[in-house]
Amino acid sequence: MSYRETVTKLRERALDPAKSAAALTRETGKPLIGCFPVYAPEEIIYAAGALPVGMWGGKTELKLADRYLQSFCCSVMRANLELGLKGSYGALRGVVIPTFCDSLKCVCENWKTAVPQLPALPIVYPQNRSAAGTLYMKDELARFKGEAEKLLRVNISEEALMAAWETYEDCRAAQRGFVAAVARHAGAIDAETRHLILKAAYFSDRAEYARLLRVITEGLASEAEDSTEASPGIRRRAYGIKAVLTGYMSEPAEILRILDENGVAVVGDDLAHASRQFRVAGRREGCFWELMAGRMADQSGCAFLYDPNKSRGRNLLHMVREADADAVIVFMMKFCDPEEFDYPIYRKELEAAGVPVLCLEVDQQTDSFEQIRTRVQSFAETLGTAPLGVRAGGKA
Amino acid sequence: MNMNERSVTSKELLKKLTALHYEGAAKAKAEGRPVVWATSISPQELLETMDLATVYPENHAAAIGARKEALVFIDEAERDGYSQDICSYARVNIGYAGVGKSEAQDIPLPDLLFCCGNICGTVIKWYENLAKELRVPMIFIDMPFNHSFHVPAHSRAYMRGQIEDAIEQLEAFTKRRFDRDKFSEVMRLSNATCEWWKKATDLAKAKPSPLNGFDMFNYMAIIVCMRGSKEGYELFKLWHDELAAKAAAGMGPWSSAEEKYRVMWDGIACWPHLSTTFNALKKHGINMVTSSYPESWNLRYETNDLEGMAAAYSSIYANRNLDYDIGYMKKLVDEFRLDGIVYHSNRSCKLMDFRQYEVQRRVGELTGVPSVIFDGDQTDPRSFSEAQYETRIQALAEMMERGKGGMGL
Repeated sequence: MSYRETVTKLRERALDPAKSAAALTRETGKPLIGCFPVYAPEEIIYAAGALPVGMWGGKTELKLADRYLQSFCCSVMRANLELGLKGSYGALRGVVIPTFCDSLKCVCENWKTAVPQLPALPIVYPQNRSAAGTLYMKDELARFKGEAEKLLRVNISEEALMAAWETYEDCRAAQRGFVAAVARHAGAIDAETRHLILKAAYFSDRAEYARLLRVITEGLASEAEDSTEASPGIRRRAYGIKAVLTGYMSEPAEILRILDENGVAVVGDDLAHASRQFRVAGRREGCFWELMAGRMADQSGCAFLYDPNKSRGRNLLHMVREADADAVIVFMMKFCDPEEFDYPIYRKELEAAGVPVLCLEVDQQTDSFEQIRTRVQSFAETLGTAPLGVRAGGKA
Repeated sequence: MNMNERSVTSKELLKKLTALHYEGAAKAKAEGRPVVWATSISPQELLETMDLATVYPENHAAAIGARKEALVFIDEAERDGYSQDICSYARVNIGYAGVGKSEAQDIPLPDLLFCCGNICGTVIKWYENLAKELRVPMIFIDMPFNHSFHVPAHSRAYMRGQIEDAIEQLEAFTKRRFDRDKFSEVMRLSNATCEWWKKATDLAKAKPSPLNGFDMFNYMAIIVCMRGSKEGYELFKLWHDELAAKAAAGMGPWSSAEEKYRVMWDGIACWPHLSTTFNALKKHGINMVTSSYPESWNLRYETNDLEGMAAAYSSIYANRNLDYDIGYMKKLVDEFRLDGIVYHSNRSCKLMDFRQYEVQRRVGELTGVPSVIFDGDQTDPRSFSEAQYETRIQALAEMMERGKGGMGL
């Protein structure tokens, strides 16, 4: 399969998660375990012979969830509960619910009553990732393993755990390679396609996904960096603005198309749904539990993990400089407290360093984008680097 | 203070201690001693042992809210980029840290932040931001959410480890040794104060209740900030004795009206609308006799048992699972002989809100007592509608009246 066909394959996988999840279990014969945001011990599930799939909301009419959650709960949590209540997660055997924010703690509790047919596997990551936190994390992961074994009626061996760790580390390396390649070849992969290719990981066996991703990364390398040849299904354009995205997730994807229309290329991201999942490489030494706990301890600048150094602004600035980006665009998930708290701090740091910031308040269920389109347009114009076509025709 | 000279009332003492508390912090700052800002249900035993002047931003934000001054600071925070959707205590406090002055009460800016994650995850972000903006160190004690009924052993060990770390951090910060003997004494005293707080608030079980629950909101400030001190201990003992005398005399909560119905208030008070929320209840003879607060500061453990101390702090309502919360609410309905429940859907507090509907359903099924939910906020005056509140309370009064007539819900 050519790299362009692979792009199409992963795009399609991400565009219909329900269909992709059903296909995944049918083709592999493995049970599926849903994983709520933000992080889940996917390696343990994988080692149990099951496949973790992502549960980051989705577009759905919110009705049944209103029995449990007020309207000022984030749209992802409401969508997950709605889909659970509707029975849309029939392909899953259970769900992992971590408690990274107050809304997640409540949804974890509500889930037990609301969707009893789909057992919840709660997990509580440590916020203090000091020595005491690392020790706790190892115990908590071991407890989780016991719960997963009970649910899936398997025994998980140390060898299987280490093999799963290697598979995931390899996949994360492939994901890092992919985003780095896209940054160099933004003309070949538009923002929405980049998002969909990364999203496809959540509905894939990571071993297969890593192979497919490398096909794309290698394909991109063969493209000239300034190539203008059109690819099937991929609109090629010359981009005027290079942006780093930050926030919870870059959905609704319509906004990514708006970025593309306005000549904004995505050259890096700090999204919880995307790069935060794979940007930290595992340590080299230690047993499985130490490696797992170490990777969490090494994560910094994530809104969902206590960061005494509050390093997000600094990290973003570093990303902007590395990628030679022109701006940071914030996908601010409405009602996401952790993300909303980080924003004033990193905005101030970025602006002090002369990096323009555009903050777009998003809700997964939105279907009116006119206001966002106008804001992106005027932001692009302010930067004075609107797409070449627009610049030629529209500016004095 | 000599307890034999019982001329002072607990209300007077409360006022005096509140003033002393803030004066003490201001004096510390003036003398160049460090000031700590801490979360409301944090292990203050460590700070008390180190003799650190500590103020509690939640108390302060509530006082600003009650003085109807919150919007000054909320506007300041929102101008800085804080969303209207985040906790209003945080917005008031962060705004105050920028403005540095208030009509209601001034507090000195902190030299150290002390944050405990048992009350919510929001405080982690809030204090992280303060630490960054004010360039002061932060000590943080994480208390994992208890999705299981009991606090698991590995959580206890983790919390104990963090308390030991916090002690080291305090020693490094103050350049003084942590006095373990004094620590034992503070632990003993804190437990005793909590015991009197619990005993006092338990007196509301009497029918009629000698306690008007809105008074409890006032006393709460001191259980937050002085439970490790002798003065705090004396206040709650005195308050208890007064309430016990009232109960023995068969006196109700108010001199001007009879207690007709007894309800629980779920959630934080609406500080900017205290009189409105109080009057609408009293109009129908409804006395708020309890809430989740009495138990929140019933922090009891064996002296010198660090793990027990951690477990006590980790076991508060907000950090427990639904099964615990529902069982606890049922217990309150039974023990306090409640006629109804008022649920405050508090725009600021997602951790309380997003379990409220399920708690309401299950407690209703278990106990048969009627309840209403109203929309409000702890300090943002904009998120409250007087008309909606009054209509809901009216509806509750009618449901309780029917209940009393034997018609049930």
